[in-house]
Amino acid sequence: MSINRRQFLKIAGISTVLGLGSTAAINSAKRSGLEASTVSPDPAAIPFKRWGMVIDMSKFKTEDDRKKVYEACHSIHNVPDLGNPKDEVKWIWEEKFGATFPDNENEFASHEAMEKPFIVLCNHCAAPACVRVCPTKATFKRKDGIVMMDMHRCIGCRFCMAACPFGARSFNWKDPRPFIKKENLEFPTRTKGVVEKCTGCYERLAIGQKPACVEASNGGIIFGDLEDPNSEIRKTIGSRYTLRRKPALGTEPSVYYLIGGNENA
Amino acid sequence: MYNGGKIIIGLAIFMAFVTFPFYNNFGKANAKPEPKTDTPAIKEVQAQLGKKEVCIEPKAAMKGEHMQMLNDWRDSVVRDGNRIYVASDGRKHNMSLQNTCMKCHSNKKEFCDKCHNYMAVVPYCWDCHIAPKENKS
Amino acid sequence: MLEKALVGSKKYWAWIFLLLGIAGVGTIAYLYQFIYGLGVTGLSRDVSWGFYIAQFTFLVGVAASAVMLVIPFYLHNYKQFGKIVILGEFLAISSVLMCILFIFVDLGQPMRVMNVMLHPTPNSVMFWDMIVLLGYLGINVLVGWTTLGAERKAVAPPKWIKPFVYLSIPWAASIHTVTAFLYAGLPGRHLWLTAIMAARFLSSAFASGPALLILLCLIVRKVSKFDPGKEAIQSLAKIVTYAMIINVFFFLLEIFTAFYSNIPGHMHPLKYLFVGLEGHTRLVPFMWTAVVLAFLGIGLLLFPATRKNEGTLAIAVLSVFVAAWIDKGMGLVVGGFIPNPFEKVVEYSPTLPELLITVGVYAIGFLVLTVLYKVAIAVKEDTAGLEIPH
Repeated sequence: MSINRRQFLKIAGISTVLGLGSTAAINSAKRSGLEASTVSPDPAAIPFKRWGMVIDMSKFKTEDDRKKVYEACHSIHNVPDLGNPKDEVKWIWEEKFGATFPDNENEFASHEAMEKPFIVLCNHCAAPACVRVCPTKATFKRKDGIVMMDMHRCIGCRFCMAACPFGARSFNWKDPRPFIKKENLEFPTRTKGVVEKCTGCYERLAIGQKPACVEASNGGIIFGDLEDPNSEIRKTIGSRYTLRRKPALGTEPSVYYLIGGNENA
Repeated sequence: MYNGGKIIIGLAIFMAFVTFPFYNNFGKANAKPEPKTDTPAIKEVQAQLGKKEVCIEPKAAMKGEHMQMLNDWRDSVVRDGNRIYVASDGRKHNMSLQNTCMKCHSNKKEFCDKCHNYMAVVPYCWDCHIAPKENKS
Repeated sequence: MLEKALVGSKKYWAWIFLLLGIAGVGTIAYLYQFIYGLGVTGLSRDVSWGFYIAQFTFLVGVAASAVMLVIPFYLHNYKQFGKIVILGEFLAISSVLMCILFIFVDLGQPMRVMNVMLHPTPNSVMFWDMIVLLGYLGINVLVGWTTLGAERKAVAPPKWIKPFVYLSIPWAASIHTVTAFLYAGLPGRHLWLTAIMAARFLSSAFASGPALLILLCLIVRKVSKFDPGKEAIQSLAKIVTYAMIINVFFFLLEIFTAFYSNIPGHMHPLKYLFVGLEGHTRLVPFMWTAVVLAFLGIGLLLFPATRKNEGTLAIAVLSVFVAAWIDKGMGLVVGGFIPNPFEKVVEYSPTLPELLITVGVYAIGFLVLTVLYKVAIAVKEDTAGLEIPH
């Protein structure tokens, strides 16, 4: 049978598409996943409905008190120290009052008040903009309220970084491993080309431990379930004045800051 | 054939390139990979359970499907918040490459790499998951 | 029909090999970036999108502008555009291809790009962007190739192509609206959080796309026997005129809202762009150049004498194109990140690898454009003088 070049190319093209497409379809249908009976959380895991924090800056008397918190987090999570603001990766750090709460600029407030440091981190928002925009669900909201990162799925598009109104996310502009001071062998590192941020110490919560920053804060950070009205955190928020960062943007942050009521305020 | 000379020469060069991997390896003996499972951690479990095959699932299943299992574990841990895996023989394990699999198979070069190198497979797991630091023992 | 691109003058082949060479250099630069990571660019934790995404954003507009030929010709029977609709469609193909390439080189883990398809996420605008861009590419390839093939045989295109042609019209608007939505829905970036973003995108697209098309028509007339037609070029010029006036008007609307309301969050990014913020002024000269070029372009286009003279017309549309490129590319994308969420100014400028990769992608785009145009022109030269039903 005679066939001209056009027909040949058309048949070849369609066969290729069908062949590749059906292979892909069959492969993805084959993925069985684990049966529900074979997997379960650790019995020591703390069940949460909504992860939340209240930070009481008055409990941090010196710079070392705060540094302990950042060190605790960054060391156990293999957060690299890139050493320059262009490439830096940070999960928890501090900013001055004016940078933390920019809508509260106040030209007549005391200089001391404006210079006060505030611990900032991902707010694990209840309506997170970053989750809304991620095209692969590499960042997603877990049942316990943690805004999580799936490093395996992230394509490094950085849409989430553009969306986060709090500047909480960092990107690995280069291979982070040479910049990790001391590796924690029980936790993975990340690789270049993925976004990372605080992941709520999910691996500690899973075995019944508090987040590392909370432990290192010596009472400066209250941690708990915002959906449990009897929790210490809810009682604190319900009885004292608290601020959240940029609440007007509608992302519903879960990190609160205590204000006032102390001679240091 | 129009331009017959050029076409035949082109075909010859193409065949030379395409068959290179084959004739380049003539005569080189390539032994079957023998991954070693004699780490102290494995020996301990073998003594405990009194049998030789002590991996999470039977050897054949692990050999063929360990990548599938790791992917399933990944989704279960990262996305669903699970931690414990109940194997087909009833034993419970923590779903973790670094802290479970590699605790027994701490000899990555003599175990994982043996087959992977043979098959020219380069899994990028190790870009993030810290491979066990092997001692000289 | 592709074999028509294999026959050409010495100048044609010289151009092809020049583009191949530039693309090769860009590829090597990309390999460098692939190995070491995106840190080789000027991007930073605070300005996480830059030159690559700026080109992507601008080129989506150029791609959408094919609709400015399709609507008059297919919907309103404006016969003068009949000869050049294919040039618009082929420009769309080349532009969308460049858009896809710019996204690809911007990704941190490009090998995982299929995750967007494997894990569809309808709440993410970027997911929809991938769908509409690929769809638009498909439509233009289908429509362009089929209509050109029919023209080559001097017959009317098959009837089944009409629905696709009509589909391309709302689809063109959608690709640029979706791209605008990437920016317009982000709560923390005040330069972008404005309802008029999509409208501004469309107006600058309909100014810059036809502007480029006019330049390409003038070049095509010079290097081949195919004449796009003085009337067609003049109609395109009128489209550019009004679109650019609307584009500038929309921008002035933004200025009003920001500065009359006096809200710092709205004013700061615009101040950074035009007068600098806290002493940082890197983009100021570029933005004012864009302003001058925009008004120069509009001025030359508004007066019939300078619009009809193809020499001044070329200057006018080039000015419009460059003005839109600066404003929509660097101005919009980089300006959105400054100041950062902590009200600090962290500036950005592209590095050499970044520029080489960008130029390489443009070379690939122009290569595709050249090949496609060569085919189209060859077909038209072959069938010149034949009466082709439509």
